[in-house]
Amino acid sequence: MSTAKKLEVIGHARRRVDGREKVTGQLLYADDMKLPRMLHMKLLRSSHPHALIESIDTARASAYPGVHLVLTGKDFPVPFGIMPVAQDEYPLAPEHVRYVGDPVAAVVANDEQTASEALDLIEVKYKSLPTIATPEEALAQPEARIHDYTDSGNIHRNQAFEFGDVEEALEKSDHVFEDLFFYEGDNHMAMEQHASLARAEGDGKLTLWSSTQDPHYLHRQLARVLQLPAAQIRVIACDNGGGFGGKCDPAGHEMVVSKAALVLGRPVKICLTREEVFYLHRGRHPVLMKLRTGVTKEGKLTGMHLQTLLDGGAYGSHGPASTFYTGVLTPLTYELPRFKFDACRVFTNKPACGPKRGHGTPQPRFGQEVQLDKIAEKLKLDPAELRLNMVTKSNSLTASWLKIGSNGLAECIRQVVAGSGWKQKHGKLPQGRGVGIACSSYMTGAGVSIYWNKMPHSGVQLTLDRSGRATVFCGATEVGQGSDDVLAAVVAETLGISTKEVCCVTGDTGITPVDLGSYSSRVTIMMGNAALQAAGRARDMLAAAAAEQLEVLPEDIVLSRGRVFAAGDAAKSMSFAEAVVYAETKFGTLGTVGSYTPPKPPGKFKAAGVGPSPAYSFSACVVEVEVDEHTGWITVPKIWMAHDIGRALNPVLTRGQVIGGVYMGLGEALMEEQVFRRLPPKLSNALVHKIPSLLEYKSITSLDMPEVEVYLIEDPDPNCPFGAKEVGQGPLLPVMPAVANAVFDAVGVRIDEVPITPEKILRALHLKREGKNPRVGPDHFPDVPYVEPTFVVPPAEGGDGTESKAPNKHLERVAS
Amino acid sequence: MNTVLKKVDQRNAHITLRVNGEELEVSFAPYKTLLEVLREDLDLTGTKHGCELGECGACAVLVDGEPLLSCLKLAIECDGCAIETIEGLAQGPELHPLQAAFSDHGGSQCGYCTPGVLMTAKSLLDREPNPSRERIKEALSGNLCRCTGYQQIVESVEEAARVINERGAKA
Repeated sequence: MSTAKKLEVIGHARRRVDGREKVTGQLLYADDMKLPRMLHMKLLRSSHPHALIESIDTARASAYPGVHLVLTGKDFPVPFGIMPVAQDEYPLAPEHVRYVGDPVAAVVANDEQTASEALDLIEVKYKSLPTIATPEEALAQPEARIHDYTDSGNIHRNQAFEFGDVEEALEKSDHVFEDLFFYEGDNHMAMEQHASLARAEGDGKLTLWSSTQDPHYLHRQLARVLQLPAAQIRVIACDNGGGFGGKCDPAGHEMVVSKAALVLGRPVKICLTREEVFYLHRGRHPVLMKLRTGVTKEGKLTGMHLQTLLDGGAYGSHGPASTFYTGVLTPLTYELPRFKFDACRVFTNKPACGPKRGHGTPQPRFGQEVQLDKIAEKLKLDPAELRLNMVTKSNSLTASWLKIGSNGLAECIRQVVAGSGWKQKHGKLPQGRGVGIACSSYMTGAGVSIYWNKMPHSGVQLTLDRSGRATVFCGATEVGQGSDDVLAAVVAETLGISTKEVCCVTGDTGITPVDLGSYSSRVTIMMGNAALQAAGRARDMLAAAAAEQLEVLPEDIVLSRGRVFAAGDAAKSMSFAEAVVYAETKFGTLGTVGSYTPPKPPGKFKAAGVGPSPAYSFSACVVEVEVDEHTGWITVPKIWMAHDIGRALNPVLTRGQVIGGVYMGLGEALMEEQVFRRLPPKLSNALVHKIPSLLEYKSITSLDMPEVEVYLIEDPDPNCPFGAKEVGQGPLLPVMPAVANAVFDAVGVRIDEVPITPEKILRALHLKREGKNPRVGPDHFPDVPYVEPTFVVPPAEGGDGTESKAPNKHLERVAS
Repeated sequence: MNTVLKKVDQRNAHITLRVNGEELEVSFAPYKTLLEVLREDLDLTGTKHGCELGECGACAVLVDGEPLLSCLKLAIECDGCAIETIEGLAQGPELHPLQAAFSDHGGSQCGYCTPGVLMTAKSLLDREPNPSRERIKEALSGNLCRCTGYQQIVESVEEAARVINERGAKA
């Protein structure tokens, strides 16, 4: 249809569709819900970091007045896990607890207070096992196994890939830089604590309302654990009070509260305490990294060998994917002819790590971008110029077979360099003040689903009724990012109405088509494309019916501002609602569907599905710091962030995502850490969370937060709805290395790990004064038994994307 | 513990509150905080909780005009107090300028910290109609927000102050 018209909804700053509910207190989050005869549940958690359960006596708790039910691991024989290869977790641990906080029993009572009192009456006898506190200990003590389903010791995943002969590339380089970096783990700290409410219905059906980012995956795991047909289970994702990846894993409490509701025939609710959220965790993996990077004297990369060691905590979670992500996205930003990465995830007796905003990529990006700063320093090149001279190109393939479509990285660098006054500042500010630059890239949706299938990743159904309203159904989940607003905007724009005439029904496995969930920055592109298809089909039906009435050709019909009319003839016009009536008369009840499946990945080797995405976003960031050399205190007066978004669907929300990403990245750079300590021997010596509270888990407040200057680079990507790429995760990624690089510019010390605390600054300054290497960071990399890599010839060297034998020369080197 | 003496229904505390201008009598278990009584006994679930230890500001309400963390206050201490919660901020269908500004200018993303932030900001603007950017940041420094990075919150408060002052000037 020749309906090319100016965009009326997309690209305009608008009040988000759920804005009013959020400022009036009307929006119901999971814990705000209340049902008649509702009971409350609390969990008993292990006080041992690693132990076998010898016995659990629940008799006194069961007899406690007001208690309705006590459940233990015996009630849950089936393990679960979001990834098919890591189903290693039980809702309640049946015999083996693996961290302080592992749930072992549940009490359901009239109120939370009674349930808490009854927890104290449960007697658990534990037999302690040796505790693994660090990855080094996990590797050194393979006999003290945390899980026995993996190949050996405490290694959970071991992955290695080599794209071209990297050793050969390094040998031929003018310089080879070898650096170690460490990235501490941290928590999502969503403001809403996880809550779930389960209701059994008369005929054995179950409805679960939950704070979850992925109702579809939860639905599948609930069916598995409860051993119920999936068709009898309905999962409703309530609006999440923030997620950031922390509500992606199906969680034990969601299974237990469901079981309790089924057993009792009454609604049961649980809301975790903040301390419990720190135990459930699934946050950023602590990662130790070694980067060996070859460069020419002109400052071009020749090859990189990246090694990572992930501290996975006690369970699998998304671990197999997390492990891949500490490697696969590295080559997206700069031309890198050859790339090899070895990644290993080990189990430790700590809360499980999982996906947090940026999933696995902030860690290697930190190492890579700080190392680039060192390279620029050594080669006496401007760090911004160095980067600008080697950015990847649009419509290109990386050595690792990732297809880059649109690419605005160069423009991002130019914008932040100009906006920040980089050229007048870098290396030129007074002692104690400095600027640093860093870049990054992120996926706009993972190219493959978490479980193998060929079905769409997102589905949308759309109905039109005679009132002139469009109702749109999609499994996508609102976590605060504005997914409902995107859905409404795409439909409204296509149908020529306002978002007020669009009603969104989302995140309900009982009534909405499957969307895989709010993770991997996939919602805008996948739900958006599905919505575009469904709305386009509805528009075609409306145009056909209206054309008949107006006696013009359907392709001449325009839908705009609530009207349906003939292009160039304003007299031939009707309201949108009238067009719906004609269409319903012509076609019967109006409904359309749309769905979206990402393109196939270009690589054909095993695991080539991890990393490919229909589009990649790019970001560049300049951070300015002031470092007090007496206290080590870092003040950040301003941050400049340019983000290649493709198109901003609602600029207010887009800008909010960018600033929010900067905020979270700055917290990780300066203060956030999920860390542990051993209790004194007289108090059991147990490995416990050091700071499971919001007071002591430091995060940035309104007083610490600098001004952020946001530049949106809008070059619409053809794979994305109205050209819109992701913004939820990318802008977090370059902040941490930009801070580290700014600190170097300010005071000449290298902090090769995050968080960059005042104590580390003082330590490095002390080394500097003593004439030693002014650096704080890891000083050794353990001997990790990495596997032989899958070898793939890069596209530029004539590869076909399949696994091949490593070149002979390479094998000889391995043999020697 | 002597379980025989435990009473299942402990709603034996009884007080009067003036909530959002309305006189209410409420009975509840005496251990309950003001937060719990508002949410559980009065169904005012607009007030949120993020820690229940006074660390995050999500539960901020106004007690006799002063912002207060309702998770740290026993309800039984509030007999006769005037409580303002998020549910009382709008006048019927008309949003308070703070509410309008937050929903138009990105001050609210997931929305979970929003009620506490709005009540704290209201108390600020009630006293200081023209706060500086630094004053706004200072007033809100006890309200943690995990989504916005605070910038659009501060901008929303500035916009609301501008609207309130403009209306005041017209009146």
